[in-house]
Amino acid sequence: MTQAWIVIGLLAVGTAAIKGAGPLVLGDRPLPQRAVGVVALIAPAVVSALVIYETFADSPDGIVVDARVAGLAAAGLALLARLPMIVVIVIAAAVTAGVRALL
Amino acid sequence: MHTTPRTYRDGIRLALPLVLPTLAIGISFGVLAEPVIGATAATVSSIVVFAGSAQVAAVTVLEGGGAIAAAVVAGLLLNLRFMPMSFAITPNLRGSRWRRAAEAQLIVDASFALSADGQGGFNREVMIGGWVPQAVGWIGGTVIGVLVGGIIPEPATLGLDAIFPAFFLSILVGEARANSSERVLQAIALATVITLALLPWAPPGVPIIAASAAALLGLRR
Repeated sequence: MTQAWIVIGLLAVGTAAIKGAGPLVLGDRPLPQRAVGVVALIAPAVVSALVIYETFADSPDGIVVDARVAGLAAAGLALLARLPMIVVIVIAAAVTAGVRALL
Repeated sequence: MHTTPRTYRDGIRLALPLVLPTLAIGISFGVLAEPVIGATAATVSSIVVFAGSAQVAAVTVLEGGGAIAAAVVAGLLLNLRFMPMSFAITPNLRGSRWRRAAEAQLIVDASFALSADGQGGFNREVMIGGWVPQAVGWIGGTVIGVLVGGIIPEPATLGLDAIFPAFFLSILVGEARANSSERVLQAIALATVITLALLPWAPPGVPIIAASAAALLGLRR
C-alpha cells in the first residue's frame, strides 16, 4: 500500500513537471523563430497519433483490429457528409456496438 | 461549427461529448485499481495525476508485482506526450512563468486538441474550459468505479471506446479544413505511419511521443 502512494506521488510530480516544461523553459518569451513552424505541426501530428492509438491500441499494449475500426470508418463518412461532431460521435459508438454484437 | 471557438464556455461545450466515455473509462479504472491500491489511493491518483492511460499503466505494473520504478516509468512514458503540447501552447498562456506553468497543468489530450486553431495558434480559454468536463468525467468515474464498479456494463459493449477516436478524428478533420497546406497533410501522414509502425512492439506511450516528431517537418523553410 505504501508502494502505491510512492508511485502516485512520483507520477503526480513527474506529470506536473512534464506539463509545466514549456512555461518553465520559455517563461513569457515568444517561441524562437525556428520553432514556430514546428509548433504549428504539433497539434496535427499528435491528434493523428491519438486517432490511430485510440482505434488500434490493445490493452495493455500491442495492436488489435476490432469493432472500433468500423466505428472510425463510419465517423469518417459522417465527417465527409459534414455532420456535427456530436452526431459523428453517436454514429461511431452505435456502429461499434452493433458490429461488436454481431462478431 | 464555423465560428471560431474562443471562450471558456466554448471549451466546456466542445468537450461535453467526452463526458460519458470518460466517465465509463474512469469507472473501469476505479474497478481495476481498487483491489490493487485501495479506494482512497485510486481516487487521489485520479485527482493529482489525472492522466488515465498513465494511471492504468502504473496500476497494471503494480498488479503484476512490478517494482515502484517500473510503475513510475511506465506512467511517465505515457505522459511525456504532454511535453511537446506544453511547449506549443506556452506562448498563448497568460502571465508569469509560474502562472503559465500552473495553467499548463490543465493540458489533457482533449483540451489541447480542442484549443488548436488550425493556424498554429492555441486558444487558452478553450483549453481551460475543455479540461472541465474531462475532470468531472474522470474523477467522478473513478469514485463510482471504486464504490460500485462491478454492477456497470463494460463500456465496450456500448461502443463507448469508439468515441475517443471519433472525437479526435473530428478535431483532425476540422484542423485540416482550416489549414490544408501540404505541410500539415504531410505531418498528418507521417505521424499516422509512425504510430502504426511502432504500436505493435514499442512500449506503451512511445508511439505517440515518436509521432509528435513528425512536427519537425516544420523546420524546413
